[in-house]
Amino acid sequence: MARAPLRTETFPFGIANLGLGKVERQVPADEPPPLPPNAELSVIGQPALRHDGRAKVTGAVRFTTDISLPGMLYARVLRSPLPHARVRSIDTSVAARHPGVRAILPIASPADAPSTTVRYIGEPVAAIAAVSMAAAEEALRLIHVDYQSLPFVAEMDRARAQAAPLVYESTKEAPGGHPSGWPAAANLPLNGNVRGPSVSRRGDLTQGFADADVVVEGEYSTQVQTHCCLEPHAIVADWREDGLTVYMSTQYTTGVRHELAEEFGLPLNQVRVVVNAMGGGFGSKSSLGNYGRIAVDLSRRGQAPVHLVLDREEEQMDSGNRPGTWQRLRIGAKRDGALTAISLSSFGTAGVGLGAGVGFNAELLYACPNFSGAQHDVFINAGPGCAMRAPGNTPGAFGLEIAIDELAERLAIDPLALRNRIDPSAVRREERRIGAERIGWQRRHAPGADSGPIKRGLGVAQSIWMANVQLDSSCEVRVMRDGSVEVLSSVQDIGTGTGTVMAQTVAEVFGLRPEDITVRIGDTDFPAGPPSYGSRATASITPPARTAAWQVLQSLLREAALALNTAPEDLVARDGKILVRDDPNRGMRFAEAAARLRTDRISAVASRNDDYSGFLRRMGDAALAQHPLGGVQFAEVAVDTETGKVRVERVVAVQDCGRPINPRQIESQVHGGILMGLSYALFEDRILDQHTGRMVNPDLEHYKLVGASDAPAIDLVVLENYQGNSATDAYGIAEPANIATAPAIANAVYNAIGVRLRSLPMTPASILGALGRIPQRS
Amino acid sequence: MINATSVLLAQAATGDNDGAAVGGPDAVAITLQINGAARALRVEPRLTLAEVLRGPLDLIGTKIACNRGACSACTVWLDGSPICSCMMLAVDVGTRRVTTIEGLAQDDMLHPVQQAFIEHDAVQCGFCTPGMIMSCAALLERTPVPNAEDVRAAISGHLCRCGTYPHVVTATLAAAKARRE
Repeated sequence: MARAPLRTETFPFGIANLGLGKVERQVPADEPPPLPPNAELSVIGQPALRHDGRAKVTGAVRFTTDISLPGMLYARVLRSPLPHARVRSIDTSVAARHPGVRAILPIASPADAPSTTVRYIGEPVAAIAAVSMAAAEEALRLIHVDYQSLPFVAEMDRARAQAAPLVYESTKEAPGGHPSGWPAAANLPLNGNVRGPSVSRRGDLTQGFADADVVVEGEYSTQVQTHCCLEPHAIVADWREDGLTVYMSTQYTTGVRHELAEEFGLPLNQVRVVVNAMGGGFGSKSSLGNYGRIAVDLSRRGQAPVHLVLDREEEQMDSGNRPGTWQRLRIGAKRDGALTAISLSSFGTAGVGLGAGVGFNAELLYACPNFSGAQHDVFINAGPGCAMRAPGNTPGAFGLEIAIDELAERLAIDPLALRNRIDPSAVRREERRIGAERIGWQRRHAPGADSGPIKRGLGVAQSIWMANVQLDSSCEVRVMRDGSVEVLSSVQDIGTGTGTVMAQTVAEVFGLRPEDITVRIGDTDFPAGPPSYGSRATASITPPARTAAWQVLQSLLREAALALNTAPEDLVARDGKILVRDDPNRGMRFAEAAARLRTDRISAVASRNDDYSGFLRRMGDAALAQHPLGGVQFAEVAVDTETGKVRVERVVAVQDCGRPINPRQIESQVHGGILMGLSYALFEDRILDQHTGRMVNPDLEHYKLVGASDAPAIDLVVLENYQGNSATDAYGIAEPANIATAPAIANAVYNAIGVRLRSLPMTPASILGALGRIPQRS
Repeated sequence: MINATSVLLAQAATGDNDGAAVGGPDAVAITLQINGAARALRVEPRLTLAEVLRGPLDLIGTKIACNRGACSACTVWLDGSPICSCMMLAVDVGTRRVTTIEGLAQDDMLHPVQQAFIEHDAVQCGFCTPGMIMSCAALLERTPVPNAEDVRAAISGHLCRCGTYPHVVTATLAAAKARRE
């Protein structure tokens, strides 16, 4: 591939509050000059209000669940009542005659499908589209399915046993691709229900442990967490002769478009995916999904638009989940804290799916010459897991960060001092320093030192997450002749405010206000944008947004320069005007400059280039930036040793995301990460009945989520960490903000009560059990 | 599924059908007082208020997320008090006044709680937001000078997965202040 010509530029570099340095980078000639630090900018780095705030607070914004098309049918899905069964036959003849039924889709029928085995309760067996939701539900009950029940296993430890019923008879049946967790290895061996291990090694582990003065060892386990997006998974599929339009609550319009084209044999130019607004995803709306295929197929069969929205029970059973994990860590260290060896072994279960690893915290967070990791997936008869907010690393941090806390205690070194010794990241060092000051770390007492029934404690934990970038990320910027501006991309706003940071980025270039920019996103008719997962949307879409705006501005400045009798390079766009840099009294309003255009509009499309310093790794359209993202969180808890109730009183979070673009939205996202982590630590638990394979809490009452009264005081500091790597130098925050919360709380609970909990969630029962106040559950 | 008998039983139990002739299972004629206007329509007795608002009335600002009163996303006012509209049959509403998120702003003037939700970023994905705003606005009617604990109590039945609770509290306190000034 021919490389674009490069030029050399000097960028701000380093952590702003420690004083900025400079770095030289080679920059493609068609990209804008370096963006100064936030302190010198007027829109980027400011807390701009959401561009769609008004539509959201008035209820006017239309989510996928709110879409109604003329002649639209409503679909419902018949789901397996058995955790493992062979479908002998499906009789839909009575259902087909039910009034209002327009299309029937047998899914697990021996006559229509290659697979006639269902492997979890809630797996789709058939689907119906009818003129009303009620008619579809009535007709579902008229479908007769003849099941042959098969042995099943619904618990990971039992599934690991040699004699356990097999979820998959052979490697050929089992999913074998890249799990959503880490490490993403394909083609691993399958023994019984155990797939793997996925192995990662460096150095000499035996020597490492031989060199250790101290070895700590622990087993840690985490529960299954469900995504609980407030907006259910939803799709309206409209199959027509001239093409397919799909309205879908999705984190990746571009990806779903490709899946649909492949699945239904359509050219890309006949598939359009639209998401106007989406009510949360957290990883569970990353792909087309079985419900997406069902709706499109029903639309094709019924020759009408089909609306399919999962109900809450379906959400809980069959829309993905964060896999449960068990991990054993062994860490060796010298007396001064220097690590000599880390060994990690993990088994996790994503039900019938993959991706139950525990991430790369143990491998990469701390300096240690000798490492060995072996991670396994265990199949059980339960709904498939999928990516959820920092997949792998969130359960993995629970193990590693407690183990480091245990090591610090064994070495009689303060946990922060130990991390200063073993954590090579200068960013996290500064984050620890700031956080310790804010939380008042010097108040931390010996474990269990408080007298009285309510005991307080402080804990800390760290996060690491790759700075992901999607290279196939494009954006168009248009200036119309009346001076109005549009920014367009298929990127969707999952709720993080992606459209708003795009508007800020473009406004900064034109010297306009964010509200002057019309944001058009969430539609594959626009240039292909990145997914809203992997904390990569901002990192991927803001650089092309700035580049496209800058290119358009150059055209506009040429027109203005003619009128002002000067050269384009002597002009600047500022305060809604185009001004002569050295003589700001000369100039014209932005709209006046636009009025001089010879065409209705000028526009440019730009795409995400490589990071200027190159990537750590590249996998197709995705890449990892050189510098991982970090974050350090401190928790202060009060544990009632009589009731077992943990109250998280305060969390201090110090995070980094490259250049912060909108501090208010970042704060909102960090609140979300912390609250989801707190909820994981204390409340959430998908409970499967071992005897039936059924989830016993498939709702939002018995599946416990954090509420407003459980929310701690949250104190957030976001570093400005400039690396000179793109046109905006911005990276993500959503996942790093979630990783450290649960272990920080767990370490604080230990500091409070002096008894270690190594299993999530930390419920009153498990706290009282650990304190010996009630017989412990086996 | 709710059948006609259970509807009639529910009617009898509440004793509050205001003389409306309710039958079923076919659609029946009712008149709802929605956002200050009378809306006459025919609804199946099995439909909830949330379903009728979102369906025939196209007032889609009211959201259904759990459909069993556990998350409060469907909160509307009934005679000024917040209720879960997924837990009430439309035929049970009678003459009581229903206020939805669409009826909160006065013409183009946002309610102070709506304005504060924008300014304090108490909105992320926005799906729980209409219900959350209805409860916070109702709080200000009951308790014009609330403290943070009052706000947390007012939204204790609301679930938000994005984590807006802290900003909802800040926004509602700011709205109360703005309303007094």
